[in-house]
Amino acid sequence: MASTTSTLPESDLFESFLQAEKAKDLLRLSTAGSVDDGKSTLIGRLLYDSRGIYEDQLEAVTKASVGRNAGAIDFSLLTDGLRAEREQGITIDVAYRYFATPKRKFIIADTPGHEQYTRNMVTGASTAELAIVLVDARNGMLPQSRRHAYIASLLGLPNLVVAVNKMDLVGYDQSVFDSIVRDFRQFLGESRIEPYFVPISALAGDNVVSSSSNMPWFDGPNLLEYLENVPVGGRTRHAPFRFPVQRVVRPNQDFRGYAGTVASGEIQPGDPVIVLPSGRRTTVQSITTFDGDLPRAAASEAVTLSLADEVDIIRGDVIIGVDELPQQSHAIEATLVWLNAAPAQLGARYRIKSGTRQSTCTLNSIEYRININTLAHESTRALEMNEIAVVHIETARPLVFDPYDTNRTTGSFILIDPATNATVAAGLIRGSYDEGRSGHSAQFEWRIEDGSLVVSLRNSNAGFSVASSEDSGAENGPLAIEDIEAVDALQHLLRRLRISLPDRADSEEGDYTI
Amino acid sequence: MRPWSHLRSLEAESIHIFREVAAECQRPVLLYSIGKDSSVLLRLAQKAFYPGPIPFPLLHIDTGYKFKEMIDFRDRYTAELGLKLIVHKNQAALDDGANPFAWGTQRCCGALKTTSLLDGLREGGFDAAIGGARRDEERSRAKERVFSFRDKRGQWDPRNQRPELWNVFNTQVHPGESLRVFPLSNWTEMDVWQYIHAENIPIVPLYFAKPRPMLVRGDSLLPIEQPIPRLPGEEPKMVMCRMRSLGCSPCTGAIYSEADTLPKIIEELVGMRRSERQNRVIDHDQDGSMEIKKQEGYF
Repeated sequence: MASTTSTLPESDLFESFLQAEKAKDLLRLSTAGSVDDGKSTLIGRLLYDSRGIYEDQLEAVTKASVGRNAGAIDFSLLTDGLRAEREQGITIDVAYRYFATPKRKFIIADTPGHEQYTRNMVTGASTAELAIVLVDARNGMLPQSRRHAYIASLLGLPNLVVAVNKMDLVGYDQSVFDSIVRDFRQFLGESRIEPYFVPISALAGDNVVSSSSNMPWFDGPNLLEYLENVPVGGRTRHAPFRFPVQRVVRPNQDFRGYAGTVASGEIQPGDPVIVLPSGRRTTVQSITTFDGDLPRAAASEAVTLSLADEVDIIRGDVIIGVDELPQQSHAIEATLVWLNAAPAQLGARYRIKSGTRQSTCTLNSIEYRININTLAHESTRALEMNEIAVVHIETARPLVFDPYDTNRTTGSFILIDPATNATVAAGLIRGSYDEGRSGHSAQFEWRIEDGSLVVSLRNSNAGFSVASSEDSGAENGPLAIEDIEAVDALQHLLRRLRISLPDRADSEEGDYTI
Repeated sequence: MRPWSHLRSLEAESIHIFREVAAECQRPVLLYSIGKDSSVLLRLAQKAFYPGPIPFPLLHIDTGYKFKEMIDFRDRYTAELGLKLIVHKNQAALDDGANPFAWGTQRCCGALKTTSLLDGLREGGFDAAIGGARRDEERSRAKERVFSFRDKRGQWDPRNQRPELWNVFNTQVHPGESLRVFPLSNWTEMDVWQYIHAENIPIVPLYFAKPRPMLVRGDSLLPIEQPIPRLPGEEPKMVMCRMRSLGCSPCTGAIYSEADTLPKIIEELVGMRRSERQNRVIDHDQDGSMEIKKQEGYF
């Protein structure tokens, strides 16, 4: 039954408690691991032991676990939200969990670790600053542990925790833990990541929120202590200033401002800035908020900037500091994680959204696929759901970007299928590519001959695309690559006719009558 | 430099979401339910668009069973902020005698909330409905997206949600389809109260404890605002109590409480071991009932 606390603190004591509560910072983390690793049990315990779980939720769970798991509380039922999942006994999507300690508030993106759920892991990791990879002490480092660690590093998470779970089932043996640490270090090799390794038992509670007397050989902080003390948010603050414009704010003649969230860096009134893509230079006049003008604004703050000069700015433009310029290009090389059941179509057009900018783009080539278990580069013609590849994308409007490794906001994008509106891919920008050597230097021409469509392939070593020629747009002649609409129309027609063009590896020069 | 607290971090995230809706959706509307979360939503919307006005109307789905204090607060506060308020009621169902006792809570909610909401959205031609739901409220909400897609019938398919990465939101819909947008997704009940306290945000007086007439039935305190079937010999008593969440009066129980100020409410919450929707009768109809309601179009 609900009741007030029995021992009421003095009101000024409570006031100081309240101030401390309001000043807590926030850590977003993601977890990955399969059911067998005890991930849900670990999260359930973090929530439970930190009193994030209320009594009646617990009662509901105790009711639901009858018949599945008699006896002890099944912590995983606290986190497996949807009915379909409860029936299947696996977590199939990303779920967000919240708990707080007196030091910090935590948001957990809880993602399943099964191979087919790479997309969920990537989604969960995209907003996180720390990932917990769970390893079953009995099994050691499995392919999926490598996968989790790779995704955490790919998504640029500054912190990685490797929690070696089920230590109780290996007799709390230090040598088991040490050998897993060794294997992990070897796998990570020269990557920049230095994980924090902690031996735990989620079920028994060892080293989760209190240090374990069963493992006196381990003297590091327990998992929660580590999570409470790891520094957050430092990196983006010291990066160059980037401000993607969300909206132009013009309530009356006297005010013109640009609303957005600072992606990185800091800004003060009087600082010189450049507006991209126009390249116009001006200075910041004021930083406006509902709570008054600010003397400065830093990464993650949602503000409205007014500029000293009248500059033509629209949503999607980026206001930047003058020190380090971002790149600007139509030709983007990116690591792409394919999220949709319908595979990527080479040559297909997608909507691309990066920061606040939308454009259309064409998937020009797949350079190689990354085998997520071995990290080997493999050549491929197709990209299926949960696969990761390095690709070349050509955008209709130039993109202002930084490499993802240096800026997670200006270096990321999503692809949207214009027909279904599904979010089909997540992109991490590596840089721009040399347009000369990419897929669209390869050409085909088409003509109607005796009522048949004849496609002539030129320059076959670079795969298919549409011919470029001086006399673009000729009815039967070659089409210029610039003529995107015509390319689209032709490709659409070919798809409707269920005709696939010869692809990269086996295409040969010559005429194809269709 | 002001400290970068979790509240400021949540505030900035919500403002970003509001601005994305306003920039990319054709006809957004803010679903205003008068409760504490709605009050926080309004403050965040003010902040998101300052110094401009909030660029969309509010829509209140009135079941006809709301507390009078809620309706008074709604009319006063929205007028004070100069906002456009649309009130939608399923009058046909009310004329047919819709009430939770005769119809059962599931059918009553279906008619007065879900159907009424879908009708209200359709009539206004809204393609994005901004709501105050939080992921910590209920199990199935933990997997809800910030921009949550609804098909032409307003329904949610939990197994086919758009992946949501970074803070890059996919707002694309075809005609007739729509989005539900939840700027408070990552807020907890405690965050909401702390923010109300920090920002001095007006809320309905029902949240504060005072002596109110209640039917005491077992552990439950039932408000007698609307006629409610009584057990033999049952008489209302004055009880020091407050509402922890606000819904329809026949389906929202009060809790015993002495908390008549914001710090006292927060203090109470620290010691509280029950989640806030626990007093909402409607969630308990069947296991997973919120998930079923949501699939049908409920918020």
